[in-house]
Amino acid sequence: MGYSANQLKNGLKVMLEGDPCAMQDVEFVKPGKGQAFTRVKMRNLLTGRVWERTFKSNESVEGADVMDRDMEYLYNDGELYHFMVPVTFEQYAADETAVGDAAKWLKENDTCMVTLWNDNPIAITTANFVELEVVETDPGLKGDTAQGGSKPAKLSTGASVRVPLFIEQGDILKIDTRTGDYVSRA
Amino acid sequence: MSDWKPTACIENLHKRAAVLALIRQYFAERQVIEVDAAVLSQCAVSDPFIDSLEVSFRSYPEAKAEICYLQTSPEYAMKRLLAAGSGSIYQMGKVFRNGEEGRFHNPEFTMLEWYRLGLDDNELMDDVERLVRLVLGVGPIRRCTYNSIFLEKLGIDLLKTSTAELAAVMRQHVEVDMGLEDRDAWLNLLMSHVVEPLLKDEPVFVTDYPSSQSALARIKENSTGELVAARFELFVGGMELANGYHELTDPKEQQRRLDADQLTRQSLALPQRPLEQRLVAALDYGLPDCAGVALGVDRLVMLALQVSHIKEVIPFAFRNA
Repeated sequence: MGYSANQLKNGLKVMLEGDPCAMQDVEFVKPGKGQAFTRVKMRNLLTGRVWERTFKSNESVEGADVMDRDMEYLYNDGELYHFMVPVTFEQYAADETAVGDAAKWLKENDTCMVTLWNDNPIAITTANFVELEVVETDPGLKGDTAQGGSKPAKLSTGASVRVPLFIEQGDILKIDTRTGDYVSRA
Repeated sequence: MSDWKPTACIENLHKRAAVLALIRQYFAERQVIEVDAAVLSQCAVSDPFIDSLEVSFRSYPEAKAEICYLQTSPEYAMKRLLAAGSGSIYQMGKVFRNGEEGRFHNPEFTMLEWYRLGLDDNELMDDVERLVRLVLGVGPIRRCTYNSIFLEKLGIDLLKTSTAELAAVMRQHVEVDMGLEDRDAWLNLLMSHVVEPLLKDEPVFVTDYPSSQSALARIKENSTGELVAARFELFVGGMELANGYHELTDPKEQQRRLDADQLTRQSLALPQRPLEQRLVAALDYGLPDCAGVALGVDRLVMLALQVSHIKEVIPFAFRNA
């Protein structure tokens, strides 16, 4: 499926130089006396690179078979991460490149979004907030719930976050995965 | 169904009406008379990159259609009026441009075009500046030549820069797939994609356009002896707001430019449309020395109301019309 320049819009997935890319910001540019262009901010879905490209009005671009699906994270076999579509039980395996930073927040049985390109996982997006257990941190300071100050804590997924001093080993924490910040005790 | 509702809120439309009233008052005070020339014609603009909307005229419903064109500006008709002795005139009304749709574009929009007898491009800029400052309340507007704005914003000396180098600079900012044969295309790309957005904090008149981008402006010699177009554009808020010329009055040159546009259209496989020979005939009869400018009224209202999409200042944007 091809798209002409005037059909480009936010969220459209297309193939550029062999890689699937997502359009983030699309603007029609037409000087009074010059050619019309469609200026697009693009994101390469494999590398994450964001750049700008402008398309002549008569230019066309190939659509990419990219689809986002909600899946349940099952387990890591030491090399690959396994996911399952809850309704159909279809399973997908994603490598480290596809999982990327999301690995820090993946908890078994949590639902996350898997981006498929030609039916292969290329990216994993966890929920904005996840709840994870503290497996290692310095003992909590009782009563110190209001004062500032923070300390490192290691979570069940292996991720390390800064937490307030009163947090104890075994606490379940709510984490904002977009920033990697501690939000609260769950 | 709520899409019956206007795309602009009623408050904005009231403010728009006030801007339109102010414009009419401005011209009334200066004895520039309002005209309402045809926007439906048997001929179309020659400019290769402005596409006219075609409409079918029929003498009776079953008759074979005669293709007519909605005008993309009232320029040709107004120049015929000027040649016929109208004196200084303005027209504020709808014009149509095919395919133009976006944040700053609606295929049907309101253009203010005016011509002042005996003025050149510099004096017309004074006039534009008075009107724009009256409506927007901005300070004095700086004037900067086309070459110097490229030097100032991109560090490029156009007199010493090859087309390949222009392309390289463009690609540092925005990637594009385009050949090197058309230098003006690269200049236009840099202007619209890189320079224009950098002008968003300061209104600027860009003057002395390259002679290859003269459109219907006469050619003049600038202070350094270079031949340039007596053409200016006004940018406000990073938007192209107005485009003006010290008008070409030579009928032979006018004919040559119409024919050149038609050839460009042919080479780019763009539609060939009937050229307005009545314009050449009017110039042949005698177009008085004058300067003229077209200004996008919707964009002026956008600036006055500080809104970011044209649909917020017109009652029904194209997709809701």
